[in-house]
Amino acid sequence: MIAYLIRRLLYALPILLGVNLLTFALFFLVNTPDDMARLHLGVKRVTPDAVEKWKAARGYDKPLFVNARADGLGKVTDTIFFDKSLSMFAFHFGVSDDDRDIANEIKTRMWPSLAIALPTFVIGLMVNVSVALILIFFRRTYVEWSGVVALVALMSVSGLFYIIGGQFLFAKVWQLAPISGYQSGLNAARFVWLPILVGIVGGVGSGARWYRTLFLEEANKDYVRTARAKGLSETAVLFRHILKNGMVPILTGAVAVFPLLFMGSLILESFFGIPGLGSYTINAINSQDFAIVRAMVFLGAVLYIVGLILTDVSYTLVDPRVRLS
Amino acid sequence: MRPVLLWTDGLIFLLVAGLIAFVVLVRRHEHLRAPWRKVAANPVAVAAAIVLLFFTAIAILDSVHFRLALPAGPSGAVHYSPEVKSVLDVLSGPLAEQQEKSYSAPFATHLFSRETVTLPDGRQLRTYPRLRYGGASLHDPERGRSGDILMRTAEGLAGGALVWLMLWLGLKPVYGKAASRRTIANTLLALCLISGFLVALATHYHVFGTDKVGQDVLYITLKSIRTGVLIGALTTLVTLPLSIGLGVSAGYFGGRVDDAVQYLYTTLNAIPGVLLIAAAVLIMQTQLESHPGWFETGTERADLRLLFLCLILGMTSWTGLARLLRGETLKVRELDYVMAARAFGVSDVRILLRHILPNIQHIVLISVVMDFSGLVLAEAVLSYIGVGVDPTMSSFGNMINGARLELAREPVVWWQLAAAFVFMFVLVLSANLFADSVQDAMDPRSRRNA
Amino acid sequence: MRPVFISLLLFLSACSGPVNDPYPASEFGKSIFYSAFTEPPKHLDPARSYSSNETPFTGQIYEPPLQYHYLKRPYQLVPLAATAVPAPHYFDSSGRELPSTAPASEISESVYEIHIQPGIEYQPHPAFALDKSKNPVYMPMPSDVLGRVGAIPDFPRQGSRELTADDYVYQIKRLASPRLQSPIAGLMANYILGFDSLSEKLNSAAKTQKGWLDLRQFPLAGVETVNRYTYWIRVKGKYPQFVYWLAMPFFAPMPWEVDAFYSQPGMADKNLTLDNWPVGTGPYMLTVNQPNRQMRLVRNPNFRGEPYPSQGEPGDAAAGLLADAGKPMPFIDEAVYSLESETIPYWNKFLQGYYDASGISSDNFDQAVRTGAGGDVELSPEMKEKGIQLRTTVAASSFYMGFNMLDPVVGGLDDRHRKLRQAISIALDEEEYIAIFANGRGIPAQGPLPPGLFGYRDGQAGINPVVYDWTGGKPHRKSISSARRLLAEAGYPDGRDGVTGKPLTLNFDTASHGPDDKARLDWLRKQFRKLNIELVIRGTDYNRFQDKMRDGTEQIFEWGWNADYPDPENFLFLLYGPNKKVGSGGENAANYQNPEFDRLFVRMKDMANGPERQAVIDQMVQIVRQDAPWSFGFHPKNYGLRHSWVKNAKPNLMANNELKYLRIDAAARETARARWNRPDWLGPILAVLVLLLALVPAWRAYQRKLQASAR
Repeated sequence: MIAYLIRRLLYALPILLGVNLLTFALFFLVNTPDDMARLHLGVKRVTPDAVEKWKAARGYDKPLFVNARADGLGKVTDTIFFDKSLSMFAFHFGVSDDDRDIANEIKTRMWPSLAIALPTFVIGLMVNVSVALILIFFRRTYVEWSGVVALVALMSVSGLFYIIGGQFLFAKVWQLAPISGYQSGLNAARFVWLPILVGIVGGVGSGARWYRTLFLEEANKDYVRTARAKGLSETAVLFRHILKNGMVPILTGAVAVFPLLFMGSLILESFFGIPGLGSYTINAINSQDFAIVRAMVFLGAVLYIVGLILTDVSYTLVDPRVRLS
Repeated sequence: MRPVLLWTDGLIFLLVAGLIAFVVLVRRHEHLRAPWRKVAANPVAVAAAIVLLFFTAIAILDSVHFRLALPAGPSGAVHYSPEVKSVLDVLSGPLAEQQEKSYSAPFATHLFSRETVTLPDGRQLRTYPRLRYGGASLHDPERGRSGDILMRTAEGLAGGALVWLMLWLGLKPVYGKAASRRTIANTLLALCLISGFLVALATHYHVFGTDKVGQDVLYITLKSIRTGVLIGALTTLVTLPLSIGLGVSAGYFGGRVDDAVQYLYTTLNAIPGVLLIAAAVLIMQTQLESHPGWFETGTERADLRLLFLCLILGMTSWTGLARLLRGETLKVRELDYVMAARAFGVSDVRILLRHILPNIQHIVLISVVMDFSGLVLAEAVLSYIGVGVDPTMSSFGNMINGARLELAREPVVWWQLAAAFVFMFVLVLSANLFADSVQDAMDPRSRRNA
Repeated sequence: MRPVFISLLLFLSACSGPVNDPYPASEFGKSIFYSAFTEPPKHLDPARSYSSNETPFTGQIYEPPLQYHYLKRPYQLVPLAATAVPAPHYFDSSGRELPSTAPASEISESVYEIHIQPGIEYQPHPAFALDKSKNPVYMPMPSDVLGRVGAIPDFPRQGSRELTADDYVYQIKRLASPRLQSPIAGLMANYILGFDSLSEKLNSAAKTQKGWLDLRQFPLAGVETVNRYTYWIRVKGKYPQFVYWLAMPFFAPMPWEVDAFYSQPGMADKNLTLDNWPVGTGPYMLTVNQPNRQMRLVRNPNFRGEPYPSQGEPGDAAAGLLADAGKPMPFIDEAVYSLESETIPYWNKFLQGYYDASGISSDNFDQAVRTGAGGDVELSPEMKEKGIQLRTTVAASSFYMGFNMLDPVVGGLDDRHRKLRQAISIALDEEEYIAIFANGRGIPAQGPLPPGLFGYRDGQAGINPVVYDWTGGKPHRKSISSARRLLAEAGYPDGRDGVTGKPLTLNFDTASHGPDDKARLDWLRKQFRKLNIELVIRGTDYNRFQDKMRDGTEQIFEWGWNADYPDPENFLFLLYGPNKKVGSGGENAANYQNPEFDRLFVRMKDMANGPERQAVIDQMVQIVRQDAPWSFGFHPKNYGLRHSWVKNAKPNLMANNELKYLRIDAAARETARARWNRPDWLGPILAVLVLLLALVPAWRAYQRKLQASAR
């Protein structure tokens, strides 16, 4: 098991390196350090001299990959690539272009993101599974048919409409929630329930439909038919067999995306003014803060790989036939 | 008049040609036809397909572009207007030109917000001015409006019914005695009635109101359809070669190729999609900036941006299908007759074309129709983040984005959001329903379950 | 979804007070000013801060020598930390003092002697904390402290000390520091004696020396401490506008202890920098800095209690603005600024009483304001009912559309190109723009100078004869046919090249891509179409746009300028040739260079306000109107709304330290909030009922199924 984990982790390294190279190439092709300097020094009274100084202060005046002027190891280490990209493997994200420490920022912004993403995910999962089960239960009745149509209709609505509509109704018209903002601690509940609700409703269409097909597949398997033929009640079949076996792919799938919850939801957070990692990323994209975007890309990749490993592990836990070798 | 072939126009025509070729192919081979029969027997699928065709028709009409010739200049050389128009622009006639000053509600005769007007006697009055075009034919909009609207509605419905009748009779050889001809009739009737209603009223009223600069919202919505359909369709055009090529070769050749392809798509997958797209879109903008020679008019520029957006979306979304195809190819490769063919020394290319591809085509097909709706929805989100289509281009994302601010007004300006919602919903819903039934018909697994 | 929803309802009904209150219950009824910021402030260091989103904080914390009088108009400089507004002493090149009437050409140096008030104390700060033997507690930083603190208020030991002239001198030297890259370093190098050489010395020192650079070791020739409370600034030549800079945070005091404190290793990693944790002598200090969420200013306990002004404009007394005359400021205990990056929530929260003040965006305009006959504005009944107050001012700013004068098509000073620009200036219907996008909140610009500045002319004398006619006592934009005529004279009859017949296509470069921009860009294209000119929008990101402006590859662009100080020089220098963006990186974005204009500018710059200066300015404005390097846009009018519980509010475009003057009636605010935020439970309950109803058939189907299986 441990040997397996180590092997997976070693396998993750080249992927992370690839991600790193790719983003580095993308970001330093698009925006030369000169551009970043002018963006951040502001519009008024910026001289070329100030740009040079800005670059020097941030180490952006170094060559990209090879420093011909340095000696020995410095040829490789005294470069932008080494400074800005490779150091991320040690989770040294450096400072954002407005001089704030990125790792610090990630630490504080993680919690608001989780406060929304985690309940949305967990409650959403429960709601989706329940709806799917209800539909399976009423198989071949008009309840199922109309339920499926409703789900397809729900998933045909752009997520933006859910957010706009939810904010408009609950916060503006009914005044049941603050329109936007966030407070830490217990006070957070007042701010997060609406985004969570919107997130759940927005996800129920595709989620419940997908789980329904999983359960349906299970319900059509031979052992279920046998169980039913044996005279097991429909409810017992549903919970003891279909739910239990259908949950395997659902849970392992959930494990894969679980780490990514840390990244938060880009749009939900920016609409509701939640100071999480999602809105951090959006702001970084808009203000072209490449240090942050690079850090978030790397973090996302790391979390993705963690998810992959967790999935493998969880397979062995729920299905004894799978052996890690 | 000089025809203008924008990049995306060319590609969409290519796609249509490919589609026609595919249909011909399917009609020739019974084993390919069978699943489609099943699709055709499903009334929901047929209705969805007709609606989709209708949207596609609008998109294609809007993809035939040209520039009008200007009156001859002093040197005698012919020059063309820099304004690129499409057939849809011509067909929608006055819609594009009938620009009001600012917001007006659906079917309104007056502007939505008050303005200071100077009366003939020099006095100034803060009031709702009359619209220049909306209900302009009415002398007394207070009393005449509802009667006029009713009259025109009746005319439009009658016209729609007439067109439907002619269509129904004209199309008889096509649908023949198909099981779902009732559905076809009903769907066509609904479409004809709605179109008739819109045609009859849109020329005299702003059916969906006007936006902030007074443009007719119905016109913007019609123009947005092309963007949505193109993003959905062209992206898959980009995706397919990549995912088929890489996915199938990974599964078929295995070994190093497999490792390389797997590494490639795991790496790409590991990067959060939106970030990758945002970065790529920023690069694209730089490229467009540094090559002003690539385009002559603003339309061509926006079009290039759309093309690049499709390319980028394609580049980042081929991984899912590639993974599926790799798995399926692995299975197909082990089938007896494929093994036999290999043992006989049949060339790889031949095996791929004759045996592998036909066996995986249903997966490709399902993924194409499934992805379509997702891409239409993605466009809206990307435009919100600011990495979507060109801001001068009409698109659902741009519409929603603009309409978001309007919802904060008091009284609320709701019509632009509503129009975007309705059209986008119908488009995505019919795409989803169609995709569902295609999957039902094609996927052997679900076929077994049914 | 049902169980979730019901538990939510239970949870919400358990809360007291309005359920949508975004603030914690502990703040109920306190004297707190609530406002918002739309973009996180980046630099709160006085040497670097130059953005308008930073001044709400820097203005309350730092005290430069001077400030603008809060009530008096026209704007007038009065002492803040200084004892008086300094008058310059002029010297010629041989060091002889000249009378104040001496001509500018003879003056080689102006000396400003600034006296500061004794007894001013800094806010509590760990940098000042001393132990029993008078040594700093946190310098060097004890190793165990940094791990335990996350913010400046977390330090257990805080101290203070008296403000001295040295602190002002130290800050001016900081402006020259290469590590800080002060945005005004380049400008000050032109004016302050020895600034250049200090900058160079610091540059080389910064390369060899890591960590804190003790600026006290580096002399600056032009700035000297005379005694504990007095210092001199020596300015090259005559620069009458210099005194305005003394009212900006750039010239606020900075104690060396603070600089040394923040320069210690490990501080920056914890965001413990001057950009995040400013230190000053002002009425407020920053206690919470979460730029992604909230900023909080708290009353500085060491503040000396500056008295509220006892004089104002006529009418101020009647408006109740002098009720607090002579009382020690500040009146409000705390100010909470929340991040609100979008206009919708900002406006709605203002209406709900959760923000004390707000502007009006064009989307809310009709809800907030009614314009009466004759263009006078008043609040809508809904606003009046809430007791909201409206204040309008014309901002000291100017928006314009610029033509790149280096461009072969729209640039050039010859008659042909000039006429093309004039034609476009006429076609751009700024009146319509103001009506649609600003709801009439702005006045069309007749030249580069905004009203309220010296040199601006009103009425018929002030109209731009190129674009406007004066008829019936009002300016009227010239007809589109006259624009077409000009276009034809420029060689483009009917928008087509007179020789080749090719239609004219122009490029508009912009960095905007927000939702509201599309409407604006559409409008702009519509304007050009009036002349049969096709306008191509070249949208790009902000970086690229800046690039283009710097390289001069743009064609037409939009730009604006906010006054740094109320002097016409601050606007006319935007057109001064040597300030060109291309090549010299200046602020002359249109790259306009007219020798006659430049000659007049040099003359005007040093003149005292008076008829002579007015005459020169008139000439300059006339030249610019004819050359039309800008299509003059408009000067925006600021409409500010305040709730009735905010007292002593008077808009002041120059002052940025308004918070200390304000007073809040917290009890009135709580009553209003409770009244305006009654939650509407009926809607959601109905929604839940509908959902339940939808489940009824399912329930019945279930019953039937049960019966079927029972049978």
